[in-house]
Amino acid sequence: MGTLGFDLLALQLFAGVALGAIYVLLAIGLSLIFGMLTVVNFAHGAFFMFGAYAGVFLAARGASFWASLIAVPLIVGAFGLLVERFLIRPLYGRGIDYPLLLTFGLAYMMVEGIRIAFGTLGLPFDTPESLQGATDIGIGFFPTYRLFVIGATAAILLGLWLFLERTRYGLIIRAGARDPQIVRVLGVDVSRVWLLVFGLGTGIAGLAGLLAAPLQGVSPEMGGPVLAEAFVVTVVGGMGSLLGAVVAGLLVGVTVALTSLFVPEMAKVSIFALMAVVLLVRPQGLFGRPGLLS
Amino acid sequence: MTATTRRRALAAAAAGAALAASPFRINVLRAQEGPIRVGFPVPLTGPYATEAQNQVRAAEVAIAEFNESGGLNGRRAELLPRDDRLNPGEAATRTLELIERERVNFIVGSLSASVQLAVNNVTKARRVIFNSISQSDAINEASDWSPYTFHEALNPHMTAGAVGRYVFSRFGKRVVFLTADYAYGHEMVRGFQRAGAPLGIQVLADIRHPIGQTDFSTLLPRIQALRPDLLIAINFGRDQQITMRQATDFGLKRSMKIVAPVLLYSARVAAGPQAFEGVVGGTSYYWRLEDTVPSAKAFNDKFRRMHNGAVPTDYGALGYGGVRTLLEACRLAGSTDTDKVIEAMRSLRYDYYKGPQYYRRCDHQSVQSVLIVESKSRDMKDENDVFNIVHIEEPNEANLRTCAELGHAG
Repeated sequence: MGTLGFDLLALQLFAGVALGAIYVLLAIGLSLIFGMLTVVNFAHGAFFMFGAYAGVFLAARGASFWASLIAVPLIVGAFGLLVERFLIRPLYGRGIDYPLLLTFGLAYMMVEGIRIAFGTLGLPFDTPESLQGATDIGIGFFPTYRLFVIGATAAILLGLWLFLERTRYGLIIRAGARDPQIVRVLGVDVSRVWLLVFGLGTGIAGLAGLLAAPLQGVSPEMGGPVLAEAFVVTVVGGMGSLLGAVVAGLLVGVTVALTSLFVPEMAKVSIFALMAVVLLVRPQGLFGRPGLLS
Repeated sequence: MTATTRRRALAAAAAGAALAASPFRINVLRAQEGPIRVGFPVPLTGPYATEAQNQVRAAEVAIAEFNESGGLNGRRAELLPRDDRLNPGEAATRTLELIERERVNFIVGSLSASVQLAVNNVTKARRVIFNSISQSDAINEASDWSPYTFHEALNPHMTAGAVGRYVFSRFGKRVVFLTADYAYGHEMVRGFQRAGAPLGIQVLADIRHPIGQTDFSTLLPRIQALRPDLLIAINFGRDQQITMRQATDFGLKRSMKIVAPVLLYSARVAAGPQAFEGVVGGTSYYWRLEDTVPSAKAFNDKFRRMHNGAVPTDYGALGYGGVRTLLEACRLAGSTDTDKVIEAMRSLRYDYYKGPQYYRRCDHQSVQSVLIVESKSRDMKDENDVFNIVHIEEPNEANLRTCAELGHAG
């Protein structure tokens, strides 16, 4: 550890924040659906993987990465709408484990479906040409594409926040999450709101998959670790809290970065240790409302 | 090659041993008449399914070839592929079924170190020949080995040694290891250090990462700061693909050579040319060997004919070698009797697909060449042409650990 200079430490922290941005991206779709519908979507990782494959499919047909950034969330979100309408909806009001088990099985089916359609071997996914290479950020060089992902995550968060906090639709969604019965009494079709939220959450998961594809390539199993990481971030931040997902994502990123520097073999365990500590101190997570699961 | 808990492997081993010792054990009479049956447990589903299917296809080539040339006095050979799901317990169960219910004469297969040890425990107890076609150092060691155990694949000691001797003399001696934290990774590091010690290498860091890591961005700045000549990335499958891709993104290739001890055809195809560009590594087989080795050409052509023009992968070719050595040994012995076939295997001097090979007497390790390949992104003949063979280390027993070191008598 003799080479531990200031620049390395600073670059390491920055790498942690950049990784945190990716964790945030992975977690917000999951957090949104849980916060609004109390549905624990175990197929979140599968939707993520589906997004990456949708990107591969479009790229093979000549679509640019930028066009895919628009098209992929729409495709995956549309699939999410179908899943909510025909699979999840009959299970509302039956307890939290019903949709959990359903989405658990759905994830297996989606992974198998992709294996049948695209093969079991992974596929390459090149970084878009204009974002290749590294950029000097003052303390060292950092991959340009990762900087882009940080920006994209910030844009998605901003858009989501404006939608939920500053539009009429967002108001209805938030009200629906608080007290669906009153909202229904006021003449709002709550089931349509939930449909939209599920489509939105899965669409963001798909977009995250597309954005992650140039970082790690594409394979049918790529959603597996994502599910675990997204859950940790969601639980640490507080189930259903978007602000919590952001803070927790960055916190997890920095934790991984610092553990990687000193005890790299512990990096994977460290995020679960963080989760355990947070849950001991605040069982509802950093920004969660208590009692959401009961 | 893949992660499995020690407990699982132990449980599988214990199950095998218990069955073997059971008073209800029916003495297995393997058929001396009828077809020669070869059980073939490989991970047909899961992340390595494509690789496993290639192993099966190549084994089918060996079976077809044997049958077309008359079999063993008219006795035909049959392949019985089974899915071991990359799981030692599953593999032990499948192997027992193959032996008990299907009455197979031999077992060939596996794609992972821990799985092959579980299979070996079963075949050892049941006194059935097992020819393993994936990498492991432990299988050579007296504690795991048995007279029924053959190892057609390379082992980490041979692979790391060959790659190390090649890269340390050419690209520099300041080394950082980035190692997947399990038996395969540790065996490889040991192999590199043994090969590097006489050359005076300097290990700046041995960074261990857990298996299944999807992001290496937090490890790369430190590697960059250490300024090594060589980054030796000892991981496998998706871990390896992601490492190469992200190391490329971070610009590590500008200041150091990246080395992967086991550089596989399928990994390179899955990750694409960009990520692996310029990466140097070792392999047991690459199809372009056909340019210089006639037996490779003959094998590739047979494979292409049977499988729509596709080329065999490295592990695939091992499936061919593993089955063919057994069938040729049956012919040589004039029988499928286990003891006679073992004797015949031990006396084989063969060149079936990659140049001369033979099984060392003390541990039945196949002494063979190691190919050093470099991944390329330009001048590709076709989509299958992903590597240049930059060096071939010829078969040499001196590159294996000695029989005494492994705990064998002679």
